Amino acid sequence: MFIRSYGDTIDDGAVQLSFTLPVPCNAKGCEAARQYAEKLGFSHADVVHSHPLSDGYSFYVVYGKTKVSVDYDQIQVEEATGDKLYSMETACEIIRQRIGRKVVIVGACTGFDAHTVGIDAIMNMKGYNHHYGLERYSEVNAHNLGAQVPNEKLIDYAEKINADAILVSQIVTQKDIHIQNLTEFIELIQSKGLREKFILCIGGSRIGNKLAVELGFDAGFGQGTYAEHVATFVVDRLLARV
Amino acid sequence: MQKKLGLPESQIAKARDLAVQITKPVINFIDAHTTTAVERAALRLVGVDGADSNGVPVSNIIIDQLRGKLEGGALRWYVNALLRTGQSPEAMNVQIANGHKLTEHPLADQMAIEAKGTELANQYLARICSNRQHREEKLEQFIGNNHDPLLYAIVATGNIHEDVKQAQAAAWQGADVIAVIRTTAQSLLDYVPYGATTEGFGGTYATQENFRIMREALDKSSEQLERYIYLTNYASGLCMPEIAAMGALERLDMMLNDSMYGILFRDINMYRTFVDQKFSRMINAYAGIIINTGEDNYLTTSDAVEKAHTVLASQFINERFALEAGLLPKQMGLGHAFEIDPDIKNGFLFEVAQAQMAREIFPEAPLKYMPPTKFMTGDIFKGVVQNAMFNFASKLTNQGIHLLGMLTEAIHTPHMQDRGLALDNAKYVMNNMADLGSEITFRRDGVIVKRAHRVLTETIEFMESVASIGLMESMEQGAFADIKRPRDMGKGLDGLIKKGSDYWNPIEKAIAVK
Ligand code: B12
Repeated sequence: MFIRSYGDTIDDGAVQLSFTLPVPCNAKGCEAARQYAEKLGFSHADVVHSHPLSDGYSFYVVYGKTKVSVDYDQIQVEEATGDKLYSMETACEIIRQRIGRKVVIVGACTGFDAHTVGIDAIMNMKGYNHHYGLERYSEVNAHNLGAQVPNEKLIDYAEKINADAILVSQIVTQKDIHIQNLTEFIELIQSKGLREKFILCIGGSRIGNKLAVELGFDAGFGQGTYAEHVATFVVDRLLARV
Repeated sequence: MQKKLGLPESQIAKARDLAVQITKPVINFIDAHTTTAVERAALRLVGVDGADSNGVPVSNIIIDQLRGKLEGGALRWYVNALLRTGQSPEAMNVQIANGHKLTEHPLADQMAIEAKGTELANQYLARICSNRQHREEKLEQFIGNNHDPLLYAIVATGNIHEDVKQAQAAAWQGADVIAVIRTTAQSLLDYVPYGATTEGFGGTYATQENFRIMREALDKSSEQLERYIYLTNYASGLCMPEIAAMGALERLDMMLNDSMYGILFRDINMYRTFVDQKFSRMINAYAGIIINTGEDNYLTTSDAVEKAHTVLASQFINERFALEAGLLPKQMGLGHAFEIDPDIKNGFLFEVAQAQMAREIFPEAPLKYMPPTKFMTGDIFKGVVQNAMFNFASKLTNQGIHLLGMLTEAIHTPHMQDRGLALDNAKYVMNNMADLGSEITFRRDGVIVKRAHRVLTETIEFMESVASIGLMESMEQGAFADIKRPRDMGKGLDGLIKKGSDYWNPIEKAIAVK
């Protein structure tokens, strides 16, 4: 099934756009905005609003229609856990029954990133949005190292406590700083010969599973993640190993 | 200002007494210590500048040379070398960058050193005074042309030259204050990078040259727009006092400068931060700079309804530390934020209660009000509404410095259009309801009044407990922002130095408020 965006008539392909152009706001600027939208692939591009942002910059709101479509049936998404989700109780029950020891998970927000709220949401006792964090899981030994943790320190710590999984949080993504940092993490853990020892998960508001897998991690989690997602993934991976 | 909440004066006075009790032991500690960062700041205010070929600043090279010799202060050694060699600071800086050791020169007569040091200090302090005077003249010349509250926008491209474009456009769109956000991780650098910079992550390096470039650009905008454009940066992190010194020299107008933020949010050692904040605030006081405190940040890690009292308590503590450093109430941009979960019924009323309460308790302070950030999402359309509610609350309660909320807060550092839309939003709301605040009063038994009374009462209970166990102990136990910081941990502790009986710092002496 081919689909395109919907305004008020199926298949009309209606899209709203807004952007800035580095030119003064006048008739020429508006025409430039319109042609630009057409070149982006929109027909019926209509500049419905413009105003100046300074002498040399102007802002446009444009509506347009597109003929582009995607084949919905061919769309594939790889989410770390899919629709499957164990509750805290279920996850702990499975660990007790089938793994038979505590699962050890260590996490941190790494590099120069000081955003702790995300990793705390996953790991701390209190959790987030009425979803308890991993510390509350009776069958999980959770170690949250906090923020601004160097990759090296996190890996050494994980090795020392013999962790099953390492959780890495990255919130600052400006200029792809997270890619640099995560790549360094993978290179470091490989050079230590420890890559296969751990289940490696990353997370953050601009992180997805696709990126994680591309970078060499086992899974990636974005907005709206709770401890349940991470526990489900880790437990299933461990089960696959036993 | 019309008082609407009926907050008991006796309770407010009690909280101020508690702030004195809470800060007293810390102030005693501060006064007995200096730090490598304080010494570097003082060095810069007698002429130290520049960096070596690896980019290590001369102020850091000097401190490294003097390890173990700093109880008497670093300035003595620098001034001594000038005296012994007869060189100018400029020439000496180049030599030091090339490896010249200050310790090669035996210390001259202390009287001679003091005379020379005082002469140099006076030269730099005169520059700061003239900056201050220039600002006052411009504010007078363009009086009435700034918005009330001041509309404050951030730029954060990472490239100072790109920042200039964004900042000038923001000024053109109506911003009164431009803050150049610092790059991720700068607060943990124990030196200030040198020269103009074009690479940063989520912000731009604070360097003296970057300050100068932005100042020059905004001065142009001020003249063109006939509105003084305030420039803001961050005197925080491991180089808090040094950045204050540079800001004073380059005529910044505001500085983020909190007494506890670095401890809580950057894991900087608490002894180090307390000592550093005092000297940085003394410099800011002298330079006529308005400080912005960071209470708003507490609400990013704690709940804004449950922990509202920690914000007020911190405002009292920040006020006390600020007074100790010589800052006037009109220089205290005490911080707070519009961070209540938007799904809470009557959350807006609680926001108004908090903002109005701060207004009444700190009547002269240009309160710094932060927009919603934590509950901003990728739904930029909802974000516009959240920001409009915030704009409304700010004008209604007469805040002083209004940080503009960005519709893209959850996504990226602002694009030019985000700032433009934010300014349009604020100008529309604030003009449209300009005098509503003076038209309305609040019911004595209503939600807003009751909420404010409750927060004040909780603040006093909280401050009593902090006073009884001590501020440092409380921070170790996680009393603020739910973050625990052991006193012997954190970054920068190795830069703490106990002052010797012969400690000499002519800058400190000259700028201390008697
Ligand atoms: C709170 C906050 C701060 C606080 C952080 C306090 C703290 N102790 O954490 C303070 C004030 C310190 C701060 C500082 C800075 N911040 Co900030 N901050 C935010 C803010 C407002 C909220 C983030 C948050 O707490 N969200 C709530 C949590 C629960 O969500 P989350 O982090 O997405 O986490 C969830 C998921 O992503 C996931 N998750 C996260 N990590 C992990 C890890 C694993 C393993 C898993 C499984 C899941 C997972 O699960 C969580 C729960 O669902 C955002 C804006 C926003 N609304 O998002 C900006 C924001 C993230 N900050 C930003 C920036 C730029 C900075 C600074 C660099 C600014 C500066 N120049 O100083 C500094 C960074 C300093 C540093 N060294 O890192 C930018 C980042 C832009 C970008 N895309 O790179 C943002 C988006 C704001 C903006 N628009 O500019 N910030």
